[in-house]
Amino acid sequence: MTDSATPRKWERFTPAQRLARFGVFLSMAVLLAVSMRTVSVIPEFLWDAPTQMADLFRRMWPPDTASYAENVHDALVETMNIAGMGTMLALVMALPVGVMGASNIVRVPALNWLSKLILVSSRSVNTLVWAILFVAVFGPGALAGTVAIGFRSVGFCGKLLSEALEECDKGPIEALRAAGAPWPSIFLKGYWPQIAPAFWGITLFRWDINVRESAVIGLVGAGGIGVALDTALNLFRWQQVALILLCIFAVVIAAEVLVTKIRQRII
Amino acid sequence: MSAHAAKRPFRPNWGARAGWVLLGIYCLYAVGTLEITWPRFLIGLDNGARFLSEMVPPNFQRWKLLLEGLFETMQIAVIASAFGVALSLPIGLAAARNLMPAWATWPARAVIAVCRSFHPVIFAILFVKAVGFGPLAGILTLIFASIGFIGKLFAEAIEEISLKPVEACRAAGAPFMSLLLYAVLPQVLNRFIGFATYQFDANMRNSTMVGIVGAGGIGGTLFSAFQRFDYDILAAILLSIIALIMCSEYVATRVKAVFND
Repeated sequence: MTDSATPRKWERFTPAQRLARFGVFLSMAVLLAVSMRTVSVIPEFLWDAPTQMADLFRRMWPPDTASYAENVHDALVETMNIAGMGTMLALVMALPVGVMGASNIVRVPALNWLSKLILVSSRSVNTLVWAILFVAVFGPGALAGTVAIGFRSVGFCGKLLSEALEECDKGPIEALRAAGAPWPSIFLKGYWPQIAPAFWGITLFRWDINVRESAVIGLVGAGGIGVALDTALNLFRWQQVALILLCIFAVVIAAEVLVTKIRQRII
Repeated sequence: MSAHAAKRPFRPNWGARAGWVLLGIYCLYAVGTLEITWPRFLIGLDNGARFLSEMVPPNFQRWKLLLEGLFETMQIAVIASAFGVALSLPIGLAAARNLMPAWATWPARAVIAVCRSFHPVIFAILFVKAVGFGPLAGILTLIFASIGFIGKLFAEAIEEISLKPVEACRAAGAPFMSLLLYAVLPQVLNRFIGFATYQFDANMRNSTMVGIVGAGGIGGTLFSAFQRFDYDILAAILLSIIALIMCSEYVATRVKAVFND
């Protein structure tokens, strides 16, 4: 019809797509505006913040290195143990739940949904909140922290594990099944070699996160360096706080370097 | 007979077995330090049963307080995500080693490393001391947490781009801003939006937590309910947090879907 008179106009997006994008941006702006208008912030406190921070750092300097041996070292070791054992506990719980959630292994939609529900509720509750719950159950101490770290990590590990299982190549599984292999052999020789790199990657990644988290769960009484931090904060011993923060920083950086090195070796 | 017949199909891997044994020994040692004893376990089960029985049924009678807390949590998450993403863009760009000189990448990387290595709760404690109790401390905390997390992802995304369009723009004499706008941004925009929606989600989760140390939001209500042993209110708060996070996860998926086609 009008092929030569009016050149055809090409557009990257359809009007509906453009409308959707505009809608998203508009609602973001409205949300931000509403939040900014209604949030109860006292602006004087914000302007005062740099002075207060400078004061805080002046009180923190120099770090109280003398107290390392008596109340920081043991707490740091306990923190690492909480992180390690929490990760192990999470893996032990994540394996069955992850297998249950993989729709190519367990072909019962109800079980898949149950697994998804467990994983989502584990992830929705923060480590600190899990720690509060388990301090109420087990009493203050490293046990509550370990179980809290474990319960929070299940959601993370289980989700990634069931995704890795769902991406498995069917070839080796069918070969094993055709050869009459029993179920444990199918899992061990068919699925495990395929998910092993992902499994170790997930483990290391989560351990790295858990080292960070186990440093703070002590604030609600769940053991580790956080208890020492909480005590020092409540007594306004800022130089000790500075030492503990430096130690946490060093441990976290060391854990990250270690994880990076191991990942390069095994994956 | 030949050696092939005797060869086992699945050869044992002694290095891996040694690793498993070491892991087992470490587990025994670490469990030993946790002081898990049978009576303590029984007491724990007893406590747990009582705890759960007090949590049911959840007590939604003080729904006004609950809604106020949830609303404040949302405010913190929205404001912190907006400012956090806006600040991470330049910092992430400055940390990208393929576009920026070393004098720009090192400070930016140091900022990201410091923001990343401290848990948000530690930032929250420091900010509560600096600006007092209330949502402002939570907002500042989550802004820093966002910089640490997505600043790093932004930098990595920019480092992975194809440099051909960048070179073409440079050869045509484009100024730096045009280079960013026409050679870099189109390659990374989709991933940026993915990170930003993820960060909104993460901020929503974290803003339920910063209240525990006094930085505003539902976490404060949660912690005081816990300290007063009002476990039925605690259950109500936990349920509403889970509901809020599921909603925000759903919204984040929808927003990503809008931008991904």
